[in-house]
Amino acid sequence: MAQLANFRLKGLLLLAIVVFALPLFISNPFHYGLATQIALIAGAVVGLNLLVGFAGQISLGHAGFFGLGAYFSGIMTSNYGWSAVPALLVGAVGVGLIAWVVGRPILRLKGHYLSMATLAVGFIIAIILNNERALTGGPDGMPVPSFDVFGWELSPFNQYSLLGVEISGDLAWYLFAGVVLLVAVWLAQNLIDSPIGRALRSVHGSEVAASVVGVDTAKYKSLVFVISAIYASVMGALYGHFQGFITPSVASFDFSILLITMVVLGGMGSTIGVIIGAVVLELLPQVLADFQEMEMVLFGLILMLTMIFMPKGLLPTAAGFWAKRRAQTAGGKA
Amino acid sequence: MFSEFLQYLFTGITIGATYALIALGFTLIYNASHVINFAQGEFLMIGGMATVSLTAMGVPMLLAIILAVVLAGVLGIALQRLAIAPAKNADVVTLIIITIGASIFIRGLAQLVWGKEYHVMANFSSDEPIQIFGAVLNSQSLWVLGVGAVLVAILVYFFTRTLTGKAILATSMNKDAARLVGIRTQMVLMLAFMVSALLGSIAGVVVAPITFTSYDIGIILGLKGFVAAAIGGLGNGMGAVVGGLALGVVEAMSAGYLSSDYKDAVAFSMILVVLFFMPRGLFGAKVVERV
Repeated sequence: MAQLANFRLKGLLLLAIVVFALPLFISNPFHYGLATQIALIAGAVVGLNLLVGFAGQISLGHAGFFGLGAYFSGIMTSNYGWSAVPALLVGAVGVGLIAWVVGRPILRLKGHYLSMATLAVGFIIAIILNNERALTGGPDGMPVPSFDVFGWELSPFNQYSLLGVEISGDLAWYLFAGVVLLVAVWLAQNLIDSPIGRALRSVHGSEVAASVVGVDTAKYKSLVFVISAIYASVMGALYGHFQGFITPSVASFDFSILLITMVVLGGMGSTIGVIIGAVVLELLPQVLADFQEMEMVLFGLILMLTMIFMPKGLLPTAAGFWAKRRAQTAGGKA
Repeated sequence: MFSEFLQYLFTGITIGATYALIALGFTLIYNASHVINFAQGEFLMIGGMATVSLTAMGVPMLLAIILAVVLAGVLGIALQRLAIAPAKNADVVTLIIITIGASIFIRGLAQLVWGKEYHVMANFSSDEPIQIFGAVLNSQSLWVLGVGAVLVAILVYFFTRTLTGKAILATSMNKDAARLVGIRTQMVLMLAFMVSALLGSIAGVVVAPITFTSYDIGIILGLKGFVAAAIGGLGNGMGAVVGGLALGVVEAMSAGYLSSDYKDAVAFSMILVVLFFMPRGLFGAKVVERV
């Protein structure tokens, strides 16, 4: 158990090094923008992984929660003069409540009923965002003010000085998103190592066995569903403020599918793995864009082949391969 | 007033019959393998698009339809053999992602071959609409309903009267036991994907003159089929048919009487209502889990 915690701490440290070393290798605003976007989406994926990897449930509507967080914060800050932080928090509580109302009755059932319910909820949210033009701007989207903390404004277009060093707004946003991601990972790992996490893993292992030994499986499953929805909402709100403009595509079914694919491709249950999944699936379209009309075919093909040959996901497969290699070389020496 | 209602009912039943056929395809594959096949809608797209492009090349309509359906069937087999079978030890979630990859791949190919435009397909018979009590019925609707009814009858016969059909049912109930009595379960899985592809592509062909067709039409039709299957209780054939028809009618009524912007929202709310109050769907069986 101590070894496991040690392993997780190493993962967090490694992630911190990657996050803070990245600015040494990139410098143009486009790359910073992309890295910020990836960090925020990865945060939502870390939350979704709690649900998929540890409670064994699939959400096909997580973009709905992401979009709701983005739109709530956007609407409150631009139309009602709220500050970004309270808007983000109230939005997260609201989204958590929606998840609880939906999840509580459905998670008492065994099987993949949550996937159907979340698919429906995601679609309903996307349809509302598309049609309530007066509030959301409809399919054309709406502008979102910059993120502010107690009057201090974070915008990609400003200049900041940090410990006497002048940094651009792009870099500042990237560092902020990186820290948010690290906190998201740290919180997720703490949850996994807590009694709640142990109960969840027992639910994933065998739900019947867990309920027989007295674990209230429905309660834990809905709790983790609510937490994962809150992750999505918070990241969505930050994403909206960062982009400065949102359209209903942030809540679309396509985006929900992309989020769940990041989890499975990276490696269900591995927090660092799913972040790798997010990085790969966000960068892949950038690479494939050069192939123009072949883009879709290649994307589908790569997705299929990876899942067929690495069904456990990128990181667990690579780790397994590494462990085998090391065992072989150790055996060779002896 | 009544003619208006009748009009919405006709529209609803027509589109509902299509949903029912897609839902049946979902049900078949779900029963045989517990995979929710997100490439189901692509079979519909292949059916419609291949028929349109073959007739444009001068192939007679009937032959074009047969070729399109065969193409979809081959695609269904290929999907099972090349993508699902090699990953047989994978999690169900992983298999679902594979079907999503397959659907993006097929859609990408269709876009390369047929382009991004909408294609119009001629009605099978007369373009003259039929008047019934002041409501207008497109002659193609009768084709959709007729073909749907025939397919359901064939499926019922197949599953209750033929050895192959019973083998599929046995596999869906208990794979290990089925294998013990000599059923080749891999063969059964392949068959389930093929039949499901045939169903989907036929639905795609008959509905194409009404909805038009394009490379990306499979996404939304496939999803509606999934909703219908979920409403009926995933894995139940009768439920799929009733779920499909109910979904079509509710959608048409809410488009007519409430708002066409929110007709899809009403359709998706139906899933929630059913899950809250009839957790196993309209026809889902009570399941006792063995450990």
